Amino acid sequence: MATLVLATRQESAAARLKDAATVAVVALLLGIPMIGLTTVDQGGALRVATRWPALAAFVAACFCGRLLLRYVIDRLRQRRRTREHADTATPNENTAANPWLNRLGWGALAFALLLPVAFSDNRYVVDTATTVLIYVMLGWGLNVVVGLAGLLDLGYVAFYAVGAYTYALLSTQFGWGFWQALPVAGGVTASFGILLGWPTLRLRGDYLAIVTLGFGEIIRIVLVNWTEMSGGPNGITSIPRPSFFGLPFKPPGDAPTFAAAFGLEFSPSHRVIFLYYLILLLALLTNLFVSRMRQLPIGRAWEAMREDEIACKAMGINARNVKLSAFAIGAMLGGFAGVFFAARQGFISPESFTFNESAIILAIVVLGGMGSQLGVVLASLVLVLLPELGRDFAEYRMLLFGAAMILIMIWKPGGILAHREPTLRYLSGSAAR
Amino acid sequence: MMLQLSGVHAHYGPIHALRGVDIDVQVGEVVTLIGANGAGKSTLMMTLFGQPRASSGRVVFNGEDITALATHAIARRGISLVPEGRRIFPRMSVLENLQMGAVLGEPANFAIDLKRMHALFPILEERGLQRAGTLSGGEQQMLAIARALMSRPQLLLLDEPSLGLAPLYIKKIFQIIRELNRDHGMTILLVEQNAHHALRVAHRGYVLQHGRIILAGGGRELLANPEVRAAYLEGGHAATAA
Repeated sequence: MATLVLATRQESAAARLKDAATVAVVALLLGIPMIGLTTVDQGGALRVATRWPALAAFVAACFCGRLLLRYVIDRLRQRRRTREHADTATPNENTAANPWLNRLGWGALAFALLLPVAFSDNRYVVDTATTVLIYVMLGWGLNVVVGLAGLLDLGYVAFYAVGAYTYALLSTQFGWGFWQALPVAGGVTASFGILLGWPTLRLRGDYLAIVTLGFGEIIRIVLVNWTEMSGGPNGITSIPRPSFFGLPFKPPGDAPTFAAAFGLEFSPSHRVIFLYYLILLLALLTNLFVSRMRQLPIGRAWEAMREDEIACKAMGINARNVKLSAFAIGAMLGGFAGVFFAARQGFISPESFTFNESAIILAIVVLGGMGSQLGVVLASLVLVLLPELGRDFAEYRMLLFGAAMILIMIWKPGGILAHREPTLRYLSGSAAR
Repeated sequence: MMLQLSGVHAHYGPIHALRGVDIDVQVGEVVTLIGANGAGKSTLMMTLFGQPRASSGRVVFNGEDITALATHAIARRGISLVPEGRRIFPRMSVLENLQMGAVLGEPANFAIDLKRMHALFPILEERGLQRAGTLSGGEQQMLAIARALMSRPQLLLLDEPSLGLAPLYIKKIFQIIRELNRDHGMTILLVEQNAHHALRVAHRGYVLQHGRIILAGGGRELLANPEVRAAYLEGGHAATAA
């Protein structure tokens, strides 16, 4: 096998040289009139001058650039080939639990827990981390629908919006608290999930995508136009912020506050840090919930439904219930994220729930690797931090963003973590349930 | 009588695929349905399973009319299908595929049934954690059969199990069919293009042509029938066109 790899490498090295030489010749032919010859103004008369050194540099640059490009492409291809080979040749290694991934997951969790401590005086970092976690949660929610059940949903932001508006209305109109509103909003969004799922039961793939896209737009347009209910384009303002078990984050006053109760000096960053831990908790609960679902028959049925619907029905699985449950649970998780979003912002308007958001959440799931929980975290980091880091590049920001997405898809077509853990393993030789 | 189809018609859009089919399967039998490509064999199998539903006629299983039932409800009555083209769940592990097959069964039976399948198909134990899509065609067919058996069906439907397999695997698959019937008393309805193998393993057979049963009889009897030999056994391409 080693000789085989060596042989292909040598062969491709020669091929690469030849390929680069071809490019250099083309560059030379094009370069002679474009670079090699130029006109100069000499005492009012136009004369042709030559720039051979510049042409030589140009051809050399083309040659080297092409060589490098081929080399990189070949290396990537070769790595993929060896990986595929390893996939079929040593299946056990491929399917064994990957301790490295596990460690990465625990490391990420430890980092997430310690982040506000390390950056307690840097509000911007904690705020951005909170945004990342919102997207992580949305990604995990959509992962149920798209990654596990294989139902392409382009209107996921609708559930995010329904959750946010449900909390906003319950709290501003009826004075409900965050924890009271959370389960109710979850129930409401789950019903919206079923509402979307019911008429689309027979649809799959692109057709389903179109309907979900429409659903997302309908929700947004209703929010814009139903002014009495949603405040229209002005949105809903002064949504109560969550309190710490009834203790508000306020400067000291008549009522007991969080800072006073704990004998701390009041600081606006208390709330920021509290919100961060709140979304971390919600996200972790989401993760536990989804991981647990995957090991239950219903979660396995989602995945089997993604693989082959007819075969599933032939196993006696009620396709309708399985799909509706995926829609409902995915929607519910998106709704929870929406409730948090409304509570954090204190202000919501339909502008926060455009198709762009749906696309980013879907991109997180796809880039992360369909169905991979840790992949969603990595993809959220990339997709939220990249535009943040790119602020210096101003108008090139979105270009950078797009280029990064394309590069990831070329580098890892199955997503950052395409690996899938089996949900059942043998225990010491015998099968365990 | 375990299964009885009487006067079943079925349509695929504008195509009238089944034109009044009558067949029956007794408990403990292996019955095979042979016919050329496009004769309606697979349609018959899927119509039994409500995909598409029969446009007229009746399907009766264990005395119950199942013609109008949903596919999953039919499966729950105790019929298990090994679909054409195997249709395993490629990105799930072999073990998870078997779990999916046992979805209807008692959880307590799972370990017992799994052991049974591993005894029947040792390769599936070896490959338990491997992605099912990475198995070879023959191994996938075994997985599909094992998955169908995990629900402890009363009737096993096999749709072209030899399709696209190497001769060695074809032999093995038919050997397994024989074993399942002889040693485990499994009732089997087998749809096959490979008439030679199918008729040798079957107690009885039907010949389907253009959506109609044109011949019925014992397996050996059909194997010896000159019409069958001409059409399906001895390079019968010219004859099937007629």
